[in-house]
Amino acid sequence: MVADQQPIISVRNLHKWYSGVHALKGVSLDFRRNEAVGLVGDNGAGKSTLISILAGLHPKDEGEILVDGNPVEITNPRDAMNLGIETIYQYNSMVPNMSIARNMFIGREPLKLSVMGFGLLDEARMRAESVAAIANVDLHLRSPDALVGELSGGQRQGVAIARAMHFKSKVMILDEPTNHLSVKETTKVIGFVKSLRAQNVTGIFISHNMHHVFACCDRIVAMALGKVVLDKPIAETSIEEVNEVL
Amino acid sequence: MRRLLKLSLQKPELAAALLLLILIIVFQIKSNGVFIGIANMRGVLGLLPEMALVAVGVTLLMICGEFDLSVGSVFALMPMSFAVLMTMGWGFWPAMVAGLMVCALVGFLNGWLTIRFNIPSFITTLGMLYMARSMTVVISGGFPPRLKADEIPSWLFVSFVGPGNVFRASFLWFIAIAVLVSLLLAKTNFGNWVRATGGFLPAANAMGIPTARVKMACFMICSVLAGFAGMLQVLRLGSPLPSIGEGLELFAVAAAVIGGASLLGGIGSILGGIIGATLIRVIDNGMVLSQVDSNWFKFAVGALTILAVVGNSWLRKRGRAMKVET
Repeated sequence: MVADQQPIISVRNLHKWYSGVHALKGVSLDFRRNEAVGLVGDNGAGKSTLISILAGLHPKDEGEILVDGNPVEITNPRDAMNLGIETIYQYNSMVPNMSIARNMFIGREPLKLSVMGFGLLDEARMRAESVAAIANVDLHLRSPDALVGELSGGQRQGVAIARAMHFKSKVMILDEPTNHLSVKETTKVIGFVKSLRAQNVTGIFISHNMHHVFACCDRIVAMALGKVVLDKPIAETSIEEVNEVL
Repeated sequence: MRRLLKLSLQKPELAAALLLLILIIVFQIKSNGVFIGIANMRGVLGLLPEMALVAVGVTLLMICGEFDLSVGSVFALMPMSFAVLMTMGWGFWPAMVAGLMVCALVGFLNGWLTIRFNIPSFITTLGMLYMARSMTVVISGGFPPRLKADEIPSWLFVSFVGPGNVFRASFLWFIAIAVLVSLLLAKTNFGNWVRATGGFLPAANAMGIPTARVKMACFMICSVLAGFAGMLQVLRLGSPLPSIGEGLELFAVAAAVIGGASLLGGIGSILGGIIGATLIRVIDNGMVLSQVDSNWFKFAVGALTILAVVGNSWLRKRGRAMKVET
């Protein structure tokens, strides 16, 4: 049981400056196994900064990150992925001019033959696995060869989620996944976040929309001006209380 | 069926391929059947590899989202360095390898400066265009060195080969390199990274692709191909003139664009670049055969560039509008 108590990700006293702006002012947080955490806050509150550090897009300036209790250095997105942290971004995780199958495996292509990490793509496997991965998230696309640019916002988000699930992530970060989605598509994403627990995945759900967060998370973390200002289980707080501290 | 039609309408090289076909038919008729004859094909295919190889490199780099205006100068710099080294007593192969290393270095600098200082490659390579050209003249010492014909295995590069001596050995090099680069782009993980880097840089970065290194590699491949093409031309002409390749950079960009490459990156194909380069060669040659005043050549290339791009975007829109369930 001790292993279950151990947070899957802990950040300790994290600081980040962007040329003069102190974006994170000593953030300490624990993300526990199989929990869906809603990360809320106004623009500039530091939630995106925190996420970029965990996803390996930006380096931290100070502080510590522990995964399963072990201190880790995340210097690029690859490190994060290797630690089982997958991130789904609002806009920038798909290349519109490339097919679904190719997008699924960007940077992690299965190879038939390879020399020093370079080699021939296993395209048949890419197609088959993307079809399966997409079906697993309850999305139905007939051809893995369709260009991502031709999909709707919701379908694109679905492909991004399918990709993250396919790579067996332990922690899934969803950065504003419901922005610009239709009501129906939003419901689907929220349902998906709810289902993460059953699949043994920790979810970190970032959103502006309190209703979305309250609909699917177990715990709320609110940030303001680079600090954590509230950290409570859903049952012990309310939209009003969260709004008040922001 | 509709899906197939839709996919082919969206192929970037389609417009150029159609134009090429039309032009070949027109020239064949206008020249009274001389155009597709062994004698004329020898001329067309003999010169084609030189520009087409440059176009292959430029197309690859454009798909990666960057530009190289220095290819025309590198085209002259490589054979000049190699010829100067040979007059200093170097053998053919070491001199050739050293010449190609010079190109790789130029490509590396283009990429490094562009990425390290985050400036448009248009500017970096414009600077390199002048610098490399100037160096070519400087190392020649004002007089182009003589090539020692007996030390050069010209049978391997420029002699006529094949049935009816239709093409030069350079054409085989070109085919081999073109196939290799096409496979690299279409069938390998590196190719996937190139397309992602040029297609949408933030996504490529977020997915952990080493985009800076991918770009540098493309800059280097582009320069090396331009240098190799320059060497082929010099071996054919028999003398390394410091002025060869002037204006070639824009022809290469035109070829890539005619072949469907987008200036914004991510879209295009190597085959498209080759078709573009072939179109330019065919116009050059066909106009002479059809006795059109050759001063119209650049006009034709210009018009063709615009026509191909307009045609391409129209075809792509058609393709996109076709309703096929995804």
